[in-house]
Amino acid sequence: MTSTAASASDIAAKSSGQNLRFYGLWVIAAIALVVLPLIFSSGGSLTSFSLIGIAIIFALSYNILLGETGLLSFGHAVYYGLGGFAAVHVMNAVAARGWPIPLPLIPLVGGIGGLVFALLIGWVMTRRAGTVFAMISLGIGELVGSSSLILRSVFGGESGISTDRTALPHIFGWTFGPQIQVYYLIAFWVLVSAMAMYALTRTPLGRICNAVRDNPGRVEFIGYDPHVVRYLAYSFAGFFAGIAGGLAAINFEIANSAYLGAVQSGMVLFATFIGGASYFFGPILGAILVTYLQLGLTSLTSVWQLYFGIIFIGIVMFAPGGIAGLLMMHRPLIRAGTLGMVIPSYLVAALPTLALACGVILSIETVARYTVTGGEGNIVKLLGIPFNTTAPATWGIAAVLVVGGFIVARITWRRIAEAWDRAASIARDRGYLA
Amino acid sequence: MTPAIEVRAVEKHFGNVSIIKDLNLSVAQGERHAIIGPNGAGKSTTFNLISGYLSPSSGEIRLNGNVISGLRPFEINRRGLSRSFQVTNVFARMTVWENVRCAVLWATGHRYAFWKNVDDLPEVRRRTAEILEDIHLSHRRDVPAGLLTYAEQRELEIGITIAGGANVIMLDEPTAGMSHAETERAVALIRRLTEGRTLVIVEHDMSVVFGLADRISVLVYGHIIASGTPEEIRANPKVKEAYLGEEAH
Repeated sequence: MTSTAASASDIAAKSSGQNLRFYGLWVIAAIALVVLPLIFSSGGSLTSFSLIGIAIIFALSYNILLGETGLLSFGHAVYYGLGGFAAVHVMNAVAARGWPIPLPLIPLVGGIGGLVFALLIGWVMTRRAGTVFAMISLGIGELVGSSSLILRSVFGGESGISTDRTALPHIFGWTFGPQIQVYYLIAFWVLVSAMAMYALTRTPLGRICNAVRDNPGRVEFIGYDPHVVRYLAYSFAGFFAGIAGGLAAINFEIANSAYLGAVQSGMVLFATFIGGASYFFGPILGAILVTYLQLGLTSLTSVWQLYFGIIFIGIVMFAPGGIAGLLMMHRPLIRAGTLGMVIPSYLVAALPTLALACGVILSIETVARYTVTGGEGNIVKLLGIPFNTTAPATWGIAAVLVVGGFIVARITWRRIAEAWDRAASIARDRGYLA
Repeated sequence: MTPAIEVRAVEKHFGNVSIIKDLNLSVAQGERHAIIGPNGAGKSTTFNLISGYLSPSSGEIRLNGNVISGLRPFEINRRGLSRSFQVTNVFARMTVWENVRCAVLWATGHRYAFWKNVDDLPEVRRRTAEILEDIHLSHRRDVPAGLLTYAEQRELEIGITIAGGANVIMLDEPTAGMSHAETERAVALIRRLTEGRTLVIVEHDMSVVFGLADRISVLVYGHIIASGTPEEIRANPKVKEAYLGEEAH
């Protein structure tokens, strides 16, 4: 059994190497979170960073279900919202009664709120996976969403329930009035939650969640009840979603029905899927991108949802692994040293693809301005160039960009595929690709 | 001594269709027992009934003397019975190492633990490494199970089945679709890994059956028509008739 002993010590050496890299990554993340507002210190970027932080926790919590356990939920915002409402009610009670609970602990209240409801609802929901689970999650989402408008004393009706984050006991002289202090509070919880959720994937439960995702039938024959596994995963997802909701309540100083609605549930699915559910860091990328798009696109165009839809369809069709999947595809090429073979084809493809994208955007904006929002004038600006939406020339340019861009881009995409095949087969020969 | 498995008067109907009729089977502790029979005889259904995938319409199944009929598969598994599947049934996106480790976790008492680092469990690591060594897949430990060759997946299937340390191992056509050389390797593997345990095996390859089994039961149309040592089964006129009848079609 010497070879067994050797392989076991290999594993030990490997895992200690992984540990080092693992802790290094978290230290870098912590430093980045501290330094970020010092570099981008405007009020706007602080607000953006705060929203991104909340979105990251929320998307990671969603991925406990989608990526880790294979549960597609259409109602995850229920726990985000209930966490938010729990936080707001406790904040108001703390302020009114003078309890000694400082603001930094409030996200935990949100988490407990999410956890309690997940424990209550989850047992029935997680009995089955697949379509049944997805449908029930949709139903629960609608149920809680509509009751938020009916149960006024709890949810505050349409206007929601507001609160004052500065009215809680202060610690270390922090009032949490300025956005920078709220940012650091959120950053702290982002780091703690992300580490906890990563650690969860490395536990026996986390591994069995993956097994349930891959093959729930077989899990029953290695001693596990997949129902219990799904229930535990669901409860953890509810807990961390509640933390995100609690942070949102602190950030906005309000909780309302929008927190737990279908739009919010859709957004987290969207962020997780675009980022890539197969990798732990995928939802982080997705949360960053989607929040930026939400903030940026809404001020640029009135039909921003259309672009969301196009991006989503594009990812589902062409990159089902999301952004993380696209990035990680390159890892074996980097290891094999063949990445240089595909980069030139990317650069060649960039220009026609960009032209195609500009053509599509110009067409969409022209049509939207022409038909939907005619009152806003006829001038659309693209890359700083003004286009008159009523001028035939604009329509012509858009058509040329779309058709011409597509024809040229298709050729360059084919060349990417060819370059990719060559690079991948060399990587395979060198043993970096299975 | 209490038999490892005892099936008493078990019946299974799907609607009006009766698949298993008055099934009686007894497998002694430490015995290697093969179930043979023509296609559609109900061999896989028998496996599914014993392992809890299906529950019997009537009758009783005992494992080491305790009634298990009606229990869920994971409850039966925890009582020391583990089975493999005829169609490869692994965790496709997880690595070979993770596949085996998952099958080790319950038996080593870690259950649903979410407060332990799975990489820091020496007992789990040792047993997983041993099993991988046993099934000759140590060199493939980091490959996703879905990317293994067919024969490797069959070996992994056996590895997952034995990893929990169950006393009673049930293998459903472990050598189906294997070449002659692969079959020989698999039989040697099964013989070695089930040493000291009870083995129930469904198999079509008669050389495997007669080479491996201490006792053989012949299942025809959901009923066991003969049960005995390989010599007795070879000489049994009812068995000859059933098999010749099947081949005459």
